[in-house]
Amino acid sequence: MNSALLTIRNLRKEYRLGQPVLKDISLDIDAKGVTAIIGPSGTGKSTLIRCINRLVDPTSGEILFAGQDLAKLSGAPLRAARRRIGMVFQEYNLVERLSVIENVLSGRLGYVPAWRAFLRRFPQADIARAFDLIDAVGLNQDFATRRADALSGGQRQRVGIARAIMQDPALVLADEPTSSLDPKTSVEIMELLAELSDKRGVPIIVNIHNVGLAKRFAGRIIGMTGGEVVYDGPPDGLRDDHLKHIYGGEDFL
Amino acid sequence: MSLAASRPRPPAFPVNWPARLAWIGLALYALYATSILNLTWARFVVGLDNGAKFLDRMFPPNMQADKLELIGSGMLESIQIAVLATFFGVLLSLPLGLMAARNLAPGWLSWSARGLIAVLRSFHPVIVSILFVKAVGFGALAGILALIVSSMGFVSKLFAEVVEEMNAKQVEAVRATGANFWNVLIFAVMPQVMARFVGLSVYQLDSNLRNSTMVGIVGGGGIGAPLFTAYQRFDYDVVLTILICIIALIMLAEVVSGRIRRIFQ
Repeated sequence: MNSALLTIRNLRKEYRLGQPVLKDISLDIDAKGVTAIIGPSGTGKSTLIRCINRLVDPTSGEILFAGQDLAKLSGAPLRAARRRIGMVFQEYNLVERLSVIENVLSGRLGYVPAWRAFLRRFPQADIARAFDLIDAVGLNQDFATRRADALSGGQRQRVGIARAIMQDPALVLADEPTSSLDPKTSVEIMELLAELSDKRGVPIIVNIHNVGLAKRFAGRIIGMTGGEVVYDGPPDGLRDDHLKHIYGGEDFL
Repeated sequence: MSLAASRPRPPAFPVNWPARLAWIGLALYALYATSILNLTWARFVVGLDNGAKFLDRMFPPNMQADKLELIGSGMLESIQIAVLATFFGVLLSLPLGLMAARNLAPGWLSWSARGLIAVLRSFHPVIVSILFVKAVGFGALAGILALIVSSMGFVSKLFAEVVEEMNAKQVEAVRATGANFWNVLIFAVMPQVMARFVGLSVYQLDSNLRNSTMVGIVGGGGIGAPLFTAYQRFDYDVVLTILICIIALIMLAEVVSGRIRRIFQ
């Protein structure tokens, strides 16, 4: 019997035939807490996370989420599944010419018909929640009507997080959410993600380059190298030997 | 003897022979074509003389009330042709451009849209006007239809390129929320491309104002017809009045389009 929220079985992705980026990954993700995936660049962390919400199509394997195999979905059922999976991006990926509140409300686009989206006629409850979330991610209400391209990196990532939470997700994926930010802002953003995960009971899977941040904020660390999981356990169990294996060499330690 | 001198180095600026040959070829062809077409200096000098006479007969511009009234109604019709053609042409370009964008539409659709755009673009507005005058008869309707065709060709082609250059990451993020195609279009694509689309449309209005003064020459309505008639009747003073009106219109359009573009940045 399996009680995990997300179960990945033998996930394989080949961008070029015969050159797998992910080699039969199998993981169970519980319905709470922060899970950090660490590993060198180009090792498939991003591909793994993007396979889950199918921004990338896996070559083979299963991704079981809420009783469905996401790997086999397409069209309307896939969109319905994506509505429950929020995503935070390295470069924020806000729609630059839209206002902050429009960006936050775009988290509801899976539920709103096109004519309402076009006229910005979102349900009043959604608009109220969007304002609450702008507050909750630590932005002043005055930011709501400002255009996203007028914001700093840290502020943009806060909006990105608000957009993901606006979806009322059962799972949040964060792809290098701090890699474009300075060290202080990185810590603030990770604190915010961990706090939201805790308060709202939303599990978060985060790809992260910074091992220190991963150990500080994650309850579970998955170390990947060469498209395979080589460490899976609590942050305390992560030793220098593991890091040597994950990143190769030891000069960086 | 220094070390550098003993070792030969490659030339810093090597000769680009293909480019040099192309320039020489172009110059030779220009000389050849000139000799074939019987272009001589003597004819040019005589022409200058005729031109001076022509200019002399243009002054002063004809300001008689009946002429001004005729010119006024012709100019007004030209402006109406330009505005209507731009409105409908731009409206139709929006879906056509989106269909032609390869990052949005499936292959079969974008190729057919591109084919249609290529056909729309292949003829000069005057030739299209002749076709429409034959089809729907003399008058403004033929001119409007002709300019709709040329507007669609220009705006949808460049709009498709704008859509193809948009930031895919913003689209990906909205798609990841579970939004369907139309909501992705409304919330991720349109915000990115709308300002450029407005810019293209305003430019097209500008060029339609120019073109609408010309479709009348072949019967498409507007100021073109009185202009052509005045030429044929040697009423060069009337020609000058019309030319001044057209110049004023184009300058006014320049100012207005600049304003509109600034509103949409």
